[in-house]
Amino acid sequence: MAFFLSKSGIRTLLGIPTMGFRWMGNPVHRNVLPTASFHFTWPRHESLRTDGQLDSQSNGDPQGLDFPGGVVKFTPELKFLHGFLDERIPCYKVLDEQGHLVSNNFVQISKDTALKMYKDMVTLQTMDTIFYEVQRQGRISFYVTANGEEALNIASSAALSLNDPVFPQYREAGVLLWRGFTVQEFANQCFGNKDDSCKGRQMPAHYGSKKHNYFTVASTVATQIPHAVGAAYSLKMDGKNACVISYFGDGGTSTGDFHAAINFAAVMEVPVILFCRNNGWAISTPVNDQFRGDGIVVRGPAYGVRSIRVDGNDAIAVYSAVHTARKLAISESRPILIEALTYRAGHHTTSDDSTRYRPIEEIEWWKTSQDPVARFRKWLEREGWWHSEAEREHRDSARQEVLHAIQVAEKLEKPALSEVFTDVYDVQPSNLQEEEMLLRETVRRHPKEYPGFPSE
Amino acid sequence: MAVALRRFGRLRWSCSGSCLRGISSECGKPINLYTAINQALHSALETDPRAYVFGEDVGFGGVFRCTTGLADHFGKHRGIVGFAVGLAAMGNRAICEIQFADYIFPAFDQIVNEAAKFRYRSGNQFNCGGLTIRAPYGAVGHGGHYHSQSPEAFFCHVPGIKVVIPRSPQQAKGLLLSCIRDANPTVFFEPKWLYRLAVEDVPEKDYMVPLSEAEVIREGNDITLVGWGAQLSIMEQACNEAEKDGISCELIDLKTLIPWDKETVEASVNKTGRLVISHEAPVTGGFGAEISASIVERCFLRLEAPVCRVCGLDTPFPLVFESLYLPTKNKLLDAIKSTVGY
Repeated sequence: MAFFLSKSGIRTLLGIPTMGFRWMGNPVHRNVLPTASFHFTWPRHESLRTDGQLDSQSNGDPQGLDFPGGVVKFTPELKFLHGFLDERIPCYKVLDEQGHLVSNNFVQISKDTALKMYKDMVTLQTMDTIFYEVQRQGRISFYVTANGEEALNIASSAALSLNDPVFPQYREAGVLLWRGFTVQEFANQCFGNKDDSCKGRQMPAHYGSKKHNYFTVASTVATQIPHAVGAAYSLKMDGKNACVISYFGDGGTSTGDFHAAINFAAVMEVPVILFCRNNGWAISTPVNDQFRGDGIVVRGPAYGVRSIRVDGNDAIAVYSAVHTARKLAISESRPILIEALTYRAGHHTTSDDSTRYRPIEEIEWWKTSQDPVARFRKWLEREGWWHSEAEREHRDSARQEVLHAIQVAEKLEKPALSEVFTDVYDVQPSNLQEEEMLLRETVRRHPKEYPGFPSE
Repeated sequence: MAVALRRFGRLRWSCSGSCLRGISSECGKPINLYTAINQALHSALETDPRAYVFGEDVGFGGVFRCTTGLADHFGKHRGIVGFAVGLAAMGNRAICEIQFADYIFPAFDQIVNEAAKFRYRSGNQFNCGGLTIRAPYGAVGHGGHYHSQSPEAFFCHVPGIKVVIPRSPQQAKGLLLSCIRDANPTVFFEPKWLYRLAVEDVPEKDYMVPLSEAEVIREGNDITLVGWGAQLSIMEQACNEAEKDGISCELIDLKTLIPWDKETVEASVNKTGRLVISHEAPVTGGFGAEISASIVERCFLRLEAPVCRVCGLDTPFPLVFESLYLPTKNKLLDAIKSTVGY
C-alpha cells in the first residue's frame, strides 16, 4: 500500500520538523520545516582542475585523490549506501486542511491574485465535471480531468509570467486557463470544430496556444521534458528574463527522456523548472510499483539539481515554491526540480475506470479531506476575502459559462477538408496536393460517407 | 579501409556545369566530403546567430572531423534530438549530429512523434522547422552491423520530415545548407564512406542545392537508374560498363527521398521504358519499393520490363560478407542487361 496513506505516513506528510539526512558520510543538516530553503546538494564540482590546497592530496596522499570529476576522499569502510534514506524528504506546507497557516515562510499573494486563483480553480473543477459528463454522453470522444490537482495547476501558473514557456504533459489545463485560454477555446478543441486553434487534429484535451506560450499537448509521455531543456537553453542564450516550466507525472520520471533531460539541464545550466506532479498513480501503476526510492525529489541531487518537495494540494505552498524556483532558475541559470505530492482524484482519463485497481474509499478520502479547492477557500474565508454568497454566484456563473461554451462548440462545423493536408510541411508538397485532389474526388463520389466534409 | 580502396580507388567527381545551377563559373577548391560538410556548417553558423551545432564529441571535431573548428569559433554544445526539438521550437536553427545512423533509433520517438508532428498537431502555432539532424550512414568497408546501416526507409514513412542524402562533397555542402535553412525538420544522411575518399571541386562560397529536385546526372535512352548517396558512384561504374555493351543508361540522383521528385523519374521512365533502383539498405521495405510502386502506377503502359531493385540483402549488415551483401557493380550490370533484354 502506498505509504503516504498510512497514519504514520500522513503525519510525516504534515511536515513535522525533521532532521536532515545522512548522505555519503556528510554531516547531518538540520533543515527545520517549514522553510523555503532547499535541501543540501553536493558542492558543485568544477572541472578537472585542482586548486592549490589540493596539490598535496594529488601527490598520492591516501586521504583523497583528484579523480576525473573532482577530489574524492577515501574510506577504509566497506559500506554500502542505503537504498533509501532514514527518513523521507519532508514536504513543504503552508496551509493545513482547515485553511490555517502553518508556516510563516511563504510568498505573499495579493488579494486580487488569490481571488483569481480561487475562481480559476473552481472554473477548472466545473469544466472537468461537465466535460467528463459530456464525454460519457458520447458528445466528445475523450477527456482528461485534473481532479485533485487544481491547486497545483492554478497556483504554479499564477507564480509564473506569460513570458515563461510551458511544456505540459496532459493534465495541466489549469495552467492554460490561468493564462487566459477561454472556456470556449477549451470546448472548441474538445469538439474539434473549425474554431479549434489546433484545427481538429488531435484528441480532446490536447490543447496548445502560442498566444499563451503553452506548447501543444501530445499523448507521448515525458517527450516534452527535453524540449523544455532545449527551450531553456534558447532563453539563456538570448539573455531573456524568463524560465521554462515542464510538467510531468510520477510515471513520466521512469522514462529515458526524463533522465536525459534533467542531466542536460544540469550540465548545460539552463533556467528550467522541472515540475513533477506525483499524484500516486500512473494509470493503474501505483508509485510503489513505479520506483523504490523516495519519490522524485531525491533524484535531483543525483544530477546536481536543487530540488524541493511540496504539498501539491496546498495552493500557497505551490505558489511560493514555484515563485522562488523561478527566481533561482533565472538568476543562477540552473534547473530546479519540484516534486508536488498530490493525488489523482479522478480516473486517468475517460477511458479508464480506476475503481478497478484502487479502493473507492481511498479515492473518496482524498477527494473529501484533501480537496485543494476547499482548503484554499477556507483560507480565503479566514482572510475575509471570500464568502458563501460569492461562492454560490461564482459556481453558478462558471457552470453557465461551461454549458454555454459546449452548446456553441457542439454546433460549429468541423474544420475544412483542406486542413487534413496543411501544416504537414510549411508549404504543401506535390504529393499532398495530389492526395488532396484524389480525396476530394472520393468525397464527391460518395458524399454520404463523409458527412460534414463537403468536397467543395 | 583497404577494401574500400580496392573498390573505389580515389574518386574524383568532375565539376559539371549542370550540377551548379545558378552558381558562377568558378568551381572552387578540391576538397573531400567531410570538409564540404564542415564548410556548410561554418556558413550556417556564420549567417545565423541563432544556429547551434551539437552532438556527441562534436566539440573536438567529431569522430569524422565534420565539426572541426566550429567549437573554436562558436562554442561547445552537447545534445540529443529532444533538446534540439526544444531549441528549434523557440525559433533557432538546431543542427544536431547523431554519431552513426545506426544509433539514431533511441531518437526515433522524438523524430517521428515530436519533430514530424510539431507543426501539424499545433495547428501551425508552433513548429521545429529549424531542426536538422545529420548522421553518417552506409557501408564503410569494415563497419559490420552497427557502423554500416542505411536506415533511410524508416524515416521516409514519416509525414512531416524531409530526408536528404547527398552523393558528393559539392552536393553535400549545398544540400546541407538547404536542409538547415528549410522550414521543416530534416534528416540528412551523409555517406561516411565518402568522407575522405570523395574529392571534388567545391565552391568556397555559400550556396544551396534545392530540395525535392532529382537530377539526371547522366543522360541515356535505354534504361533509367535511380539511386542516392554513395551508391551512385557504383551505379555510374555499372553504367560505364553497360555502355561498352551498347546500352545507353540514364542515371538519376534522387537527393531528397521525401518529399521525392516523382516527375523527373516519371519523365525519364517514359523516355526509356525501363527502371532499375539501387540502394544499400535491405531490399524488403526499402525506399526502392515506394519508387517502384509509384512508377508502375504512373508508367505501367510504357514499361517494357518489370521494375528491378538491386539492393542490400535482407540480413543484418555482415562484416566479412560485406562484398556479398552489397549491391555491387556486377549485380547492377546483370540487372541492367536482364532488364534491357527482357
